[in-house]
Amino acid sequence: MAGKPILHYFNGRGRMECIRWLLAAAGVEFEEKFIEKPEDLDKLKNDGSLMFQQVPMVEIDGMKLVQTRAILNYIATKYNLYGKDMKERALIDMYSEGVADLGEMIMHLPLCPPAEKDAKLTLIREKTTNRYLPAFENVLKSHGQDYLVGNKLSRADIHLVELLYYVEELDPSLLANFPLLKALKARVSNLPAVKKFLQPGSQRKPPTDEKKIEEARKAFKF
Amino acid sequence: MAGKPKLHYFNGRGRMECIRWLLAAAGVEFEEKFIEQPEDLDKLKNDGSLMFQQVPMVEIDGIKLVQTRAILNYVATKYNLYGKDMKERALIDMYSEGVADLGEMILLLPLCPPDQKDAKIAQIKQSTTNRYLPAFEKVLKSHGQDYLVGNKLSKADIHLVELLYLVEELDPSLLANFPLLKGLKARVSNLPAVKKFLQPGSQRKPPMDEKTLEEAKRIFRIK
Repeated sequence: MAGKPILHYFNGRGRMECIRWLLAAAGVEFEEKFIEKPEDLDKLKNDGSLMFQQVPMVEIDGMKLVQTRAILNYIATKYNLYGKDMKERALIDMYSEGVADLGEMIMHLPLCPPAEKDAKLTLIREKTTNRYLPAFENVLKSHGQDYLVGNKLSRADIHLVELLYYVEELDPSLLANFPLLKALKARVSNLPAVKKFLQPGSQRKPPTDEKKIEEARKAFKF
Repeated sequence: MAGKPKLHYFNGRGRMECIRWLLAAAGVEFEEKFIEQPEDLDKLKNDGSLMFQQVPMVEIDGIKLVQTRAILNYVATKYNLYGKDMKERALIDMYSEGVADLGEMILLLPLCPPDQKDAKIAQIKQSTTNRYLPAFEKVLKSHGQDYLVGNKLSKADIHLVELLYLVEELDPSLLANFPLLKGLKARVSNLPAVKKFLQPGSQRKPPMDEKTLEEAKRIFRIK
């Protein structure tokens, strides 16, 4: 019988956080093996555990899966968070990819050279309020249902709600004019598994400390 | 009865080319509506046709799909190029995403500032020969089969072969030490639908030249 999934990554959000959210929301217990020094990463590389010498890597069902989307797709399918047919999957993918695009901008912000940071932040705010949040608000408005696709919780809802928390961390006022998104955030946050994950002491990681990122950058050369 | 898929993009490779390859390899005829002026893009935006105001967009089976991966996943599922079960899909996704990572570096090269270009090319070549090509050569070696996953053609093979053509355009010597990849490239290129797509006059787009780059920058308002 397969054990719990094992997540290999740094002790921080990065590219693993969306995977932690998805597993947690699916009610799946998981273990984490943190990479703390360059030697830890080298060991994984030399083991042949990382197909492209990169993390995230998740050991699940006998596989050592790398590539965030491959991991997310597998988990979503396994735990029925990927819609009921290919058309629902298409919508879920479209929405998830939009979330990923904005999420990527926010993720890279701490890595931005100080001189460019203000401009980057302005761009992110602009895209958030003019492009991404309106698009998702419109989806919810169009069908009036509780979830983005098929009147049922899917990975799209989980990825979006995670993003809404990051938007809120950046600037709570950005969510002001999006009542349906606020309601989705509240609704999903109230699901037992998500509620638990949002509490202190869970495996959810705090905002990325810029000092920590600089240290990681030097240690891991990125 | 649904008509042919309709691809909305500018007349160049960009982020639509992998979709063209996949449809072509699946033997699916498609139409293209080229965005030639910024006003064409504005019209699509104002129509509400583009969920995030961006292309690629593909009209298929009554849906206006945006986001490259959403489109690719749908096409792959519809035409049975996505493996037989979730474990095969996981491998296909892992391989496809690796291809996409290297492909992205190559895609963005024309936008690189001239003073950084040589360094970028060197980095791409290094990643190609030390990270990506060895990983895929190893997969083929591990099972000795004709295709990457499940002994059957999948989107992973098509994306990889498309990438191998791009690598070859960059520098043919990069493929030198990868016999199994060369074998895969030849094999996939010989499939009737792919062979046809590789011939002149198909909907396959040529490498980006200065003129096309300027046009793309103008249409998409990139500086």
